[in-house]
Amino acid sequence: MKSIIDYFKGIFLGLRSLVKGMAVTGHYIAHPKEIITQQYPENRESLKMFERFRGEVVLLHDENNEHKCTGCSACEVACPNGPIEIIPKRVEIDGRKVKAIDQFVYHLQMCTMCGLCIPACPTDAIVMANTFEHAVYDRDKLTKILNKHGSKIMDGIK
Amino acid sequence: MDWLYDFSILTHGIHEGLSGRFEPARVVVIEMVLAGLAFMILFAVLGLVLVYAERKVSAFFQQRLGPMRVGFWGTAQTLADVIKLLMKEPLINKNADRFLFNLAPYIIMIAAFMAMAALPFAKGLQALDFDIGLLYISAVSSLGVVGILLAGWSSDNKYSLIGALRSGAQIISYELSVGLSLLTIVVLTGSLQLSVIVESQANGWWIFKGHLPAVIAFIVFLIASTAETNRGPFDLAEAESELTAGFHTEYSGLKFAFFFLAEFANMFIVSALGATVFLGGWMPFHIGGWEGFNQVMDYIPPIFWFLGKVGFMIFMMMWFRWTFPRLRIDQLLTLEWKYLLPVNLMNILVMAFLALMGWHF
Repeated sequence: MKSIIDYFKGIFLGLRSLVKGMAVTGHYIAHPKEIITQQYPENRESLKMFERFRGEVVLLHDENNEHKCTGCSACEVACPNGPIEIIPKRVEIDGRKVKAIDQFVYHLQMCTMCGLCIPACPTDAIVMANTFEHAVYDRDKLTKILNKHGSKIMDGIK
Repeated sequence: MDWLYDFSILTHGIHEGLSGRFEPARVVVIEMVLAGLAFMILFAVLGLVLVYAERKVSAFFQQRLGPMRVGFWGTAQTLADVIKLLMKEPLINKNADRFLFNLAPYIIMIAAFMAMAALPFAKGLQALDFDIGLLYISAVSSLGVVGILLAGWSSDNKYSLIGALRSGAQIISYELSVGLSLLTIVVLTGSLQLSVIVESQANGWWIFKGHLPAVIAFIVFLIASTAETNRGPFDLAEAESELTAGFHTEYSGLKFAFFFLAEFANMFIVSALGATVFLGGWMPFHIGGWEGFNQVMDYIPPIFWFLGKVGFMIFMMMWFRWTFPRLRIDQLLTLEWKYLLPVNLMNILVMAFLALMGWHF
């Protein structure tokens, strides 16, 4: 008797689960506004990239062309692949020589966008930008110098 | 526009026009050619429309957009695919049985053609009206399995062979359920002739007139016909991870396109069969007593009623395909032999009892 009950129960439960599944996909087809696909080149103007998307490393500059990078190389050490290359120099501040950056070299072609350099920075000088159109015709253009020409370190950052 | 409501006006007009010009033997030949041409065009259009519909519907079920680039909303996508397939090189394995390898796609296509010929599309639009039409269609549509087995056997590829045997086991098993669920309605109609079955539904479709047994038979038919056409969730014959593409692994170009087209044609055929037997074929939807409503329904030509019902059935099959996870081969055979078949046999007995007592409408 139990096996007979189980048989019909199986049919009923099976059908119910199938109907539930169809309700889910039925909801999808009935709500075309929830479609996730983006028509990329057409919606280039209106496209808004997600905030947490990691596209490339940038060195933040303020309006006085000043950045927070001390040239400590912590990001270079934290980076697993070696796209970050800090070329330091010695500058004289208040009569004593201090380490600073000459060039913050960033090889985009080697970067995996893992983002390990961001928390490694003690002064929060670098962030991940959510840009994504990185294609160029010349490989050399992928090697970027992140500190702008003539920029210098902000006051009070050590 | 009368011919849109009764196609026999159009066909008689063509017949008389030809008879006035040619001798009878030639008229028969010309009419056969015309009918064949009509079916070929229907086949080509079906292939184009259904492939596009499948891709679009599947996309919307998965919150995607599907093809969007070629033509407006991707409408020319299938045309582009056809051109691509035509330009592909037809490869044949070195040790393949060349004759059978080339024969297999044609057998599948011919089976689909033969089944299509007996379908009642609209009033007076039916190429062959056998008195055993239902039996004929189920017999002919199971011919396709010969083509599948030949394709698997002649390819000289173990994946093709395993895929073909799986497909054969599946189609032969589920043929039983399709046949029995259709028989449940034949108990009520008392005839296997498709035009009679359609006429018997003038005062209501069998799915409404036949009470619960008809609904159960309809559900069984939907499941079994999905399996019979080798579509998901029963598409075990094409398991990418284990069997690559199953029985048509070794086919390319136009011959592959034939298999692809036959799959969609078979989908159309089983949907049309279900629409004819359960949903009243080209009969419009009527509610007893609502005269105004019934007249509006009558105003829609029968061919659109038929195509609409077939479209509904095809949409259901696509819904199944893009919702359910596929079955394992043992689950597939368990479903057929332990669930569908016993339920079906009980159902047919109940239906026979209902028909005997005259409890249906």
